[in-house]
Amino acid sequence: MAAWWVVPPLVIVLCFVVYPLIRVCLESTKPNDAKPDSSTWSDVLGSQAFLDALWRTVAIAVTSTLGCLILGTFLAIVLAFVPFPGAQLVGRLIDTVLALPSFLITLAFTFLYGSAGAVNAAIASVGGGDAPMLDFLYTPAGVIAAEITFFTPFVIRQLLASFAVLPRAQLDVAASLGASPLRVLRSVVMPEAWPALMAGGSLVLLLTLNEFGIVLFTGAKGVMTLPVLIYTRGIVTFDLPGAAVIATVQIVLSLALYVSYRVVFARVMQGRGKGDVDVVVDQAK
Amino acid sequence: MLLWTKRSRAALLVAFTIVVVVVFVAPLATVVLAGLAGSWTGALPSNLGFAHFGDALSGENLASLSVSLQTAFVSGGIALVLGTWAALAARSAPAWLSRVTDAVFHLPIAVPSVAIGLGLLIAFNERPLLLGGTRWIVILAHAVLVLAFAFSAVSAALDRLDPAYRQAAESLGASPLQVLTRITLPLLLPALGAAAGLAVALSMGELGATVMVYPATWKTLPVTIFALTDRGQAFQAAACTTILLVVTLLALVLLGRIRGRAALR
Repeated sequence: MAAWWVVPPLVIVLCFVVYPLIRVCLESTKPNDAKPDSSTWSDVLGSQAFLDALWRTVAIAVTSTLGCLILGTFLAIVLAFVPFPGAQLVGRLIDTVLALPSFLITLAFTFLYGSAGAVNAAIASVGGGDAPMLDFLYTPAGVIAAEITFFTPFVIRQLLASFAVLPRAQLDVAASLGASPLRVLRSVVMPEAWPALMAGGSLVLLLTLNEFGIVLFTGAKGVMTLPVLIYTRGIVTFDLPGAAVIATVQIVLSLALYVSYRVVFARVMQGRGKGDVDVVVDQAK
Repeated sequence: MLLWTKRSRAALLVAFTIVVVVVFVAPLATVVLAGLAGSWTGALPSNLGFAHFGDALSGENLASLSVSLQTAFVSGGIALVLGTWAALAARSAPAWLSRVTDAVFHLPIAVPSVAIGLGLLIAFNERPLLLGGTRWIVILAHAVLVLAFAFSAVSAALDRLDPAYRQAAESLGASPLQVLTRITLPLLLPALGAAAGLAVALSMGELGATVMVYPATWKTLPVTIFALTDRGQAFQAAACTTILLVVTLLALVLLGRIRGRAALR
């Protein structure tokens, strides 16, 4: 009897999550009202706007993920192995970023790095010159910078968790045998961190592919990604079938990545007594 | 412990501080400062004052804050009940069913929130369940998105729970209902509090699914903030974002403090 208690919540989620996603796929097969003779799929997939957005979404996601991995590794190593007063406070701050809305970062960047922003004004007052020195905000580079800021904490959380199970004695032994700090990092710390980097990296890749707020708040025509394209097609121009095609492509892309993430994560957690993806999300607390 | 010389250690900490300040502190501080600023044309903001915060807490912006709070608490509550139920029940379900539950409940994290919003818009804009154009479609979207996090948090907490308490109660003759209400749920209370805080925080900042489904009568604070930046009222947007930030942090801290007697072991 107790075995079937899980069915009611499962049915609710099937109705309110799985069914709408299936409806998106079905909607994409409907013909477009404006052009009833051609299929919506070939119409959208052949359009330059879609191809540009697809390429840009992937490029931004991959670059941001690499940036997060590099920055996150540096910060996590310092937090874990170079104790200093206030380390806990910094850890809290980085945790907090996880629960904040992502568009906050773009908003802050417009005041900091916008063409009339604080940094440009500071540079102008020191060096003179009229043209703003920093002008990357409305380019893919601006989105990448914002995404690195917002998603690096996910990598840090993963790495800190893996460093926590690394026995301190291993580091001390390696160091006492004459290994330089860099050598200790390379041959003792990093092999342990590698699976966590893989898991953190694929999670961040998934989240950056799906990121919406940061790109929407940038508001630039030049950085249209797939999620923003779904929004403009569906809501601004009210072309639901067209939006559904893009959404279907994005859902397939994200699900493929999610499945591979779970496979990687299951491998990372093997032998640690945890067999589930839950721990990642749990860390977000 | 890595053996650093004093100098290299100091250099490393300086680099670390610069990175943390530039990457994490500066954006948060900037939004708060911009909310206070009357104008910001130089390196530092000028005409500091609380005028924008006054506006952020009156009229349409206050209405949005209230909409966001109602949405967050209602959808967070639904998600927490459903997520806890599913996480508890999945334990005693057959292995295959438990795996299916896990996969399905994590689905909203994996797909973009805009796609979830589009799906709800298409699926519930018709009878028998006509939700489009009402506040309920926004609440439903938030509940769906937050559900995955609630389920995850409770599942992870259940993994850490010592089964000895439950087994002891069962061996003393407690019924399954008694075990649930007297043992499992009290032990889970801190995790439930933290999950509720996270749920409210995530719902307060949700934008992707909301912009797809919201009716004009139920505008959440992030939607209003987006409209403000779109109209060029960046300072007002910053003030509203600061309010959003404060409320989110309060929810995280207050709900995270729920401990109950069980945690005092």
